Amino acid sequence: MERYICAIVLILAAMVIALRNLSKSYETAEGRLEVLRGIDLDLGAGDSVALTGESGSGKSTLLHLVAGLDRPDSGEIVVGGRDISKLDDRGRAAYRRTEVGLVFQQFNLVPSLDVAANLAFHAKLAGRHDPAWENELVERLGIGPLLTRYPEQLSSGQQQRVAIGRTLAARPGLVLADEPTGNLDETNGDAVLELMLSLSKGTGSTLLMATHSQRLADRLDRQLHLRSGKIT
Amino acid sequence: MTTWTLATALLSHWRRRPLQFGALLSGLALATALWSGVQAINAEARASYARAAIALDQNGLANLVSPNGGSLPQSAFVRLRRSGWNVSPVLEGDYRFGTTRLRVIGIEPLTMPAEAQTVDLGNAGDLLSFISPPGTLVVSPGTAEKIRGQTDLALRVSDRMLDGAAFVDIGLAQSLLRRDGELSRIVIAENQRPGLEPFGALVPALTVREPNAQTDIEQLTESFHLNLTAFGLLAFAVGLFIVYSTIGLAFEQRRPTFRTLRCLGVSLRVLAVLLLAELVLFALAAGAVGVAIGYLVASLLLPGVAATLEGLYGASVPGTLSLRPEWWLSGFAIAMAGTLVSSAQSLLRLMRVPLLAVAQPQVWGRSSQAGRRIQVLAAAALLALSGALLLWADGLQAGFGILGCLLLGASLLLPAVLSGFLTVMQRTSSGALVTWFCADTRQQLPGLSLALMALLLALAANVGVGTMVSSFRLTFVGWLDQRLAAELYVAARTEPEADRLRAWLATKVESVLPISSVDAEIRGQSMQIFGVVDDPTYRKHWPLIAGLPDVWDRVASGEGVLVNEQFWRRERLRIGDQLDLANDWKSTVVGVYSDYGNPKGQVIAGINALTSRYPQVSRLRYGLRVQPDQVADLRASLSGEFGLPPDNIVDQAALKEQSRRIFDRTFLVTGALNIFTLGVAALAMFLSLLTLSEMRLPQLAPVWAMGVTRRDLALLELLRPLVLWLTTFIAALPLGLALAWVLLAVVNVEAFGWRLPMHIFPYEWVRLGLVVLAAAVVSVFIPLRRLAGLAPSELLKVFASER
Amino acid sequence: MASLSGSQAASEGFAGLGSAAEGFSVPQPGLPFRFPADHGPHTDFRIEWWYLTANLEAPDGTQYGAQWTLFRSALAPREANGWSSPQLWMGHAAVTTSGDHFVAERISRGGVGQAGVVAEPFSAWIDDWQMKGLAAPGSDQLAELNVTAAAKDFSYELRLSATGPLVPHGDNGYSVKSAKGQASYYYSQPFYAVTGSLALPTGNVAVTGKAWLDREWSSQPLAEDQTGWDWFSLHLDTGEKLMGFRLRDAGEGFTSATWITAEGRPEPLPAGTLQIVPVRTAKVAGRRIPVAWNVRIPSRGFDVTTRPLNDQAWMATSTPYWEGPISFGGNVGGRGYLEMTGY
Ligand SMILES: Nc1ncnc2c1ncn2[C@@H]1O[C@H](COP(=O)(O)OP(=O)(O)OP(=O)(O)O)[C@@H](O)[C@H]1O
Ligand SMILES: [Mg+2]
Repeated sequence: MERYICAIVLILAAMVIALRNLSKSYETAEGRLEVLRGIDLDLGAGDSVALTGESGSGKSTLLHLVAGLDRPDSGEIVVGGRDISKLDDRGRAAYRRTEVGLVFQQFNLVPSLDVAANLAFHAKLAGRHDPAWENELVERLGIGPLLTRYPEQLSSGQQQRVAIGRTLAARPGLVLADEPTGNLDETNGDAVLELMLSLSKGTGSTLLMATHSQRLADRLDRQLHLRSGKIT
Repeated sequence: MTTWTLATALLSHWRRRPLQFGALLSGLALATALWSGVQAINAEARASYARAAIALDQNGLANLVSPNGGSLPQSAFVRLRRSGWNVSPVLEGDYRFGTTRLRVIGIEPLTMPAEAQTVDLGNAGDLLSFISPPGTLVVSPGTAEKIRGQTDLALRVSDRMLDGAAFVDIGLAQSLLRRDGELSRIVIAENQRPGLEPFGALVPALTVREPNAQTDIEQLTESFHLNLTAFGLLAFAVGLFIVYSTIGLAFEQRRPTFRTLRCLGVSLRVLAVLLLAELVLFALAAGAVGVAIGYLVASLLLPGVAATLEGLYGASVPGTLSLRPEWWLSGFAIAMAGTLVSSAQSLLRLMRVPLLAVAQPQVWGRSSQAGRRIQVLAAAALLALSGALLLWADGLQAGFGILGCLLLGASLLLPAVLSGFLTVMQRTSSGALVTWFCADTRQQLPGLSLALMALLLALAANVGVGTMVSSFRLTFVGWLDQRLAAELYVAARTEPEADRLRAWLATKVESVLPISSVDAEIRGQSMQIFGVVDDPTYRKHWPLIAGLPDVWDRVASGEGVLVNEQFWRRERLRIGDQLDLANDWKSTVVGVYSDYGNPKGQVIAGINALTSRYPQVSRLRYGLRVQPDQVADLRASLSGEFGLPPDNIVDQAALKEQSRRIFDRTFLVTGALNIFTLGVAALAMFLSLLTLSEMRLPQLAPVWAMGVTRRDLALLELLRPLVLWLTTFIAALPLGLALAWVLLAVVNVEAFGWRLPMHIFPYEWVRLGLVVLAAAVVSVFIPLRRLAGLAPSELLKVFASER
Repeated sequence: MASLSGSQAASEGFAGLGSAAEGFSVPQPGLPFRFPADHGPHTDFRIEWWYLTANLEAPDGTQYGAQWTLFRSALAPREANGWSSPQLWMGHAAVTTSGDHFVAERISRGGVGQAGVVAEPFSAWIDDWQMKGLAAPGSDQLAELNVTAAAKDFSYELRLSATGPLVPHGDNGYSVKSAKGQASYYYSQPFYAVTGSLALPTGNVAVTGKAWLDREWSSQPLAEDQTGWDWFSLHLDTGEKLMGFRLRDAGEGFTSATWITAEGRPEPLPAGTLQIVPVRTAKVAGRRIPVAWNVRIPSRGFDVTTRPLNDQAWMATSTPYWEGPISFGGNVGGRGYLEMTGY
C-alpha cells in the first residue's frame, strides 16, 4: 500500500504539462486551415484550468493533442517529462490508458457494456481497478440505480455522470474534459461540474476543461482563452 | 412535394450506401438463383418423365396384356374392335438404327384414344405419311440428331418425345421388329359404349393391367426431387436471411428521413406505398438477375442430375435445359414473396412506431428479451416435434419433416446458445478487454445471428450430407467387392454360342455362374427374378443382411428364395413369408441381401427352380471364377475363340470402376449444391459483417480513446467473427451428425429402401473446418481493412459530430 | 384426327373428291356391272361407299330417319394384307328424330380385318357396325340385309328386304358428274322394306319403313371447281322413286336425276332436267343451310316441296355435312332423304 501510494504521488508529481510552440492545421476543401499557431502553455499538478474561446477556435483540437489522440504539426507536448507527440501509436495508447482521463460532450461510454462495466473499464485497462473507490464514486455520483443499464438507456446527464465516474475511477493524472456539460441544462450542468471538480481535487488530478460557459470557467483555478490559434 | 422528389429522397439512401444496396440485391438474387436453379432442374426432369410416361405406356389408361408378359395376337385386337370395344394396339421393342438403339413404340393413330395421343402427329397429311409406307419416326430432337443419316425413314421431331424412343406406325413397328401380327399390349380407352361383352368372354387369354396412378419413374425419383427442393429451399432461406437483415437495417437507418418526410406532411400511406414500390422494384431486378444465375446454375448442374437420374433410377433426362415458364415464373414469384416476407416486419414497424421516436440506428437488430425467449421456445417446440415425428411418424414426408424441424430448431437455438456462451465468458473473465470483447460480440449477435444461423444450416447440411455420402460410398464399395465376386463376366450373342461357350469354359475356369433372369410382376411390382447356381462364390461373398442358417441350401433346392433389401422393407416381409412368384410358383423368403443402387425389387431363386418355370429364359450371360492372374489370358482366348466383341467380356475391375463412377456422379449434384449453400452462407456472413462494420465506430471510438491501439482493436475485430465462425462450426458438427443419421436411418430407407451403417469421417470435418476458416478470413478481410486504415480523425468525429 | 383425306374443300372440292386420280382407275362408260363382285370393294378406285338411308315410322306414327354408311378411301390404288394396306375405312351412323339427331363415326385401317367389305356372302363392317347379307349364295346378295350400328347414345338393328331390283344410274351405271366428264359408277337398291328397332336414350322403338341403298365408286367424281352437292332420294307415294342431285360450282351447277318406275326400271333424265330451288334456310352448326327445297322436273310435271324431319340433321363427323330424312308434298307426296355437302 505504501508503495502504491508512493507510485501515485510520483505520477502526480510528474504530471506537469508543458506545451511548446504547438501548431496544428487541417487540410480542408478550401485549403489549409491553421487552427493552432504556436501554443505555449504550462500546467502544474492538481491545477484546474478552463479553456474558453469561440466555436471553432480550436479548443477540442488542443484537448485531442494533449490527450494523444492526434499529432501536432510541430511543437512539443511534454507530459511528465516525455514529449508525447514523439510517441508512436502504441506509446500514445499506453499514455491514454494510464495517464489521461477523457470526458467528451457525448458518446463517452462503451455501448456494449452496462454502466457498472463502463465504470470499471478504464480503471481495469489502466491496471488500477479499485472496487472500493468505484463504489464511492457510484455513491457520490448517484448512479447506483443505473448500474445494470446500458448507455443507450440513460439520459444525457446520467451518461455524463457515468463518464466522469469512469474517468475518475482510473485515477488519471490528467483529466481532459471537452464541454462535459454542453448537453445538460444549467442545474444539471452545475451539479456535474461540481462533482467533477471535487472529485478531481480529491484524486489530485490536473483538469483541463474546454467550455463555452464563462460561468463554469469562473469556477476553475485558471482560465485560458483561445483566439486566432493563440492563447491570450 | 411530388412523388418523384419523394422517391429520390428515399432512394438516395441506397446511393450513399452502395454496399448495402449490393447486399440486398445480391442476397435476393442468390436466393432466387438457387431456388429457381433447382426448380429448373426439377421442371426439366418432370417434363422428361412426362415424355417417358407417354413413351412408356403410363398415360393412365388400362391395357390388355398377355399374363406371361409375352406378345399377344393382333386378332385379339380385331376381335375386340368388332365387338365394339374402343381399343388400340401397341407393339414395342428395341431396334437398332445404325449404332443407335431405340425403343420403338408402334401405335395405331386412328384408334389411339385421344387421351393417350400425347405426341402431335401433325396435320392430316403428316398423319397419312405416318401410317403409309415407308413411314415416319417421331423422335426427340436429341434422338433425331443421333439417328440422322442412319435410316431412310422420315423423321418427325417432337419436343414431347423421350430420348431414345421413337413412335412409329404399328405396321412399321411390326416389320422393323419382325413381329408380324403381334402386339405387346392393347390400350383400352376410357370412353366405351354401354352394353359391351366382357373381356373374359372375348379374349380370355388376356388380362387387364390397370394403370398406375402415378408413373413409375415419378414415384421413384420423387425422393430425389424432394431432396433437391429441400436444398433449394435451404439455400433460399439462407439468401433470405441476407435480404431480411439488409432491409431491416435500411429501414432503421432511414428512420430520420422518414421522420423528416412525415413532418413535412407526407402521409404514412404514401410513404408505405413508396417503400413497397421500391421493394417491388428491387425484387423484380434481383429476380431477373437471380433467374439468369439460376439458369446458369441449373445448366451447370443438369448434366450431373441427368447422370444421377440415369444411374440411380434409369430415368432419361436430357442434359440440356430449356426455359420453361414454370420455373422462371416461380423464380420471380419467390423473389417477390421473399422480399415481401423479409420486409413485412420493417414495414409494420414503420406503420406502428410513433412519428417522433428517436432514430437510433445502433440499436438495429437488438432483439428484445421477449423476442429471444420466443425464439428459444419455438426452437424447443421444433426440436420436440422433430423427436415426435421420429418416434411416431413414418414415410418420406415425415423423414423430411424430421430434418426440417431439426435444422430449423437448432438454428433458432443458435443465437441463444452463443449468447449464453458469451455471457458466461464475460462473467468469468476479469480482464477489461476480454469482458468488453465478449460484451461487444454479444451485442453484435442479433445483427449477425441470421447470418450465423444460415452458416449453421449450411455447415450442418455439409457435414450431414457429407457423412451420408461417405458412409454410403464406403458401404457401397465394400458391397461391390462382395457382389462382384466373379473375375470375368461374358455375354454370348446367341443361344447356340452360349452352349458352345459353356462347354468350352467347363475346363478352363474354376466355375461358371450363369446369370439368368426373367421379368416378373410380384405383389404388383415389376421386378426381376434371378436364378443362381449353388456355388461357393455365393455362399462366401453374397451380401446377405438376414437369413436362415442354411439359406443357400434352401435356395439351391428350390425351396426358398432371397429378396433384396428394398423389396423386403417395402413389403415388410419376414423370413419365412410366402411369395407368389408366378402363376403357379410360390416360394418362401429365406434370406435378404443388400442391393444398393437398384430402384426395383429383386428376387434370387435357384437356377433350376427358375428354368423349370421359364424354360425359355435367356442363358447368354455368365460370371466366371478364375485365378486373378489368368483373367487377361482368358479374356484374350475368349475373344480369339468366339470372336466376342470387347463389350461382351467385362472384367470385375472394369465393372467396379464403372459402378463407382456412376456412384460418384450420383452425388455430384448434392456436393455442388452443398458448396453453393455454403457459399451463400459465407456471403451472408460477409455482408452482415460489412454492414456492421459501418456502425462500429461509436463502439470503437471510446475504447480507442481510453488507450487501446487501433492495431489491437483491429485484431479483436478479426478475432470476433472467427470466434463466431468457429463456435458455429463446432455447433454444426453434432447437428450435422444428427442430420446424417436421419438421412441414413430414416430418409434413405423411405426413399430407396435400404438402410446404411453410419461412419464418421473426422478428416472431412478438418477439411471443412479449414474451408470455413478461409471463408471467415475472407469475409472479415474487407471490413477489417477499412478499420485498420481508419484515421484518428474519423474516430474523433464520433465525439464531435451530432449523429 | 382432322380428316382422313384432308378437308381443303375449297381447292379440291368436297372432302378431296375433286383431287386428281393419279394411278387410280377412272370410270369408263359401257362396262356393265358384274354382281356379286361389284358389291365388294374396288380398291383400284380412290373412293367408294355403301350408303343406306331409311325412312322409318313407329307404330304411333312418329317419324324417324336412320343412316348407315361405310366409306372407303384409298391412299394408293391397291390392297395389301396387314397394316401396310393403303385402304382407309370410315363409318357413319345416325338416327334422326324430329327433336334429335344422333351421329357416330368410326375410322379404321384396312388390311387387318377391323373394317372391310366382302361381296359374297355379302358383309360390310367397321368395328361392331355391320351390314350383313342374309341371302343364299348365288342369289342377289343385297336382297336381304341385316344392318346394325351402336354408339354411346344410340344403336339400331334393321332388317331389310328388297321388293324390287337393283337400279343402275346414268348410262347403265356410268353416272356423269360434271360437264367436264367426271363420272362415277353408281347403282342403287331403292326398294327395301324395313322392320327393326331403334335404341335411343328415351327407350327402344320398334319401327317399319322404307330404305334406299346407294353404291358408288369413283376416283375423281367432282370437277375441281365443284364445291359440294345437294342430293335427293325420294320414295313417291305412287311407288315410283326419284334420285336427283345437283353439283354446285361457281355457276348454274350440274344436275342429274334418275326416274325409277314402280317396277324398278330406271329412266335417266338428261343433265339440267332437274330443277331445285331452296325455299327455306336454317342456321345449322353455325352456317346457313337450305333445308327446304322446291324440286321440279317440268317435263314430267313433277313439282314438290321438301320439308326436313329435323332442320338440325347435321353430321358432325370429321367431314361434316347435312343428311336427314325429309317428306314432300306438291303434286305428289312421299318421303325420302336429303344430303347436302360442302356448306
Ligand atoms: N478533422 C478536421 N478536419 C478539418 N477541419 C477540422 C477538423 N477538426 C476540426 N476542424 C476545424 O478546426 C477548427 C477548430 O475546431 P475545434 O473542434 O477544435 O473547435 P472548437 O473550439 O472545439 O469549437 P466548438 O466550441 O464548436 O466545439 C474548426 O474550424 C473546425 O472546423
Ligand atoms: Mg469543440
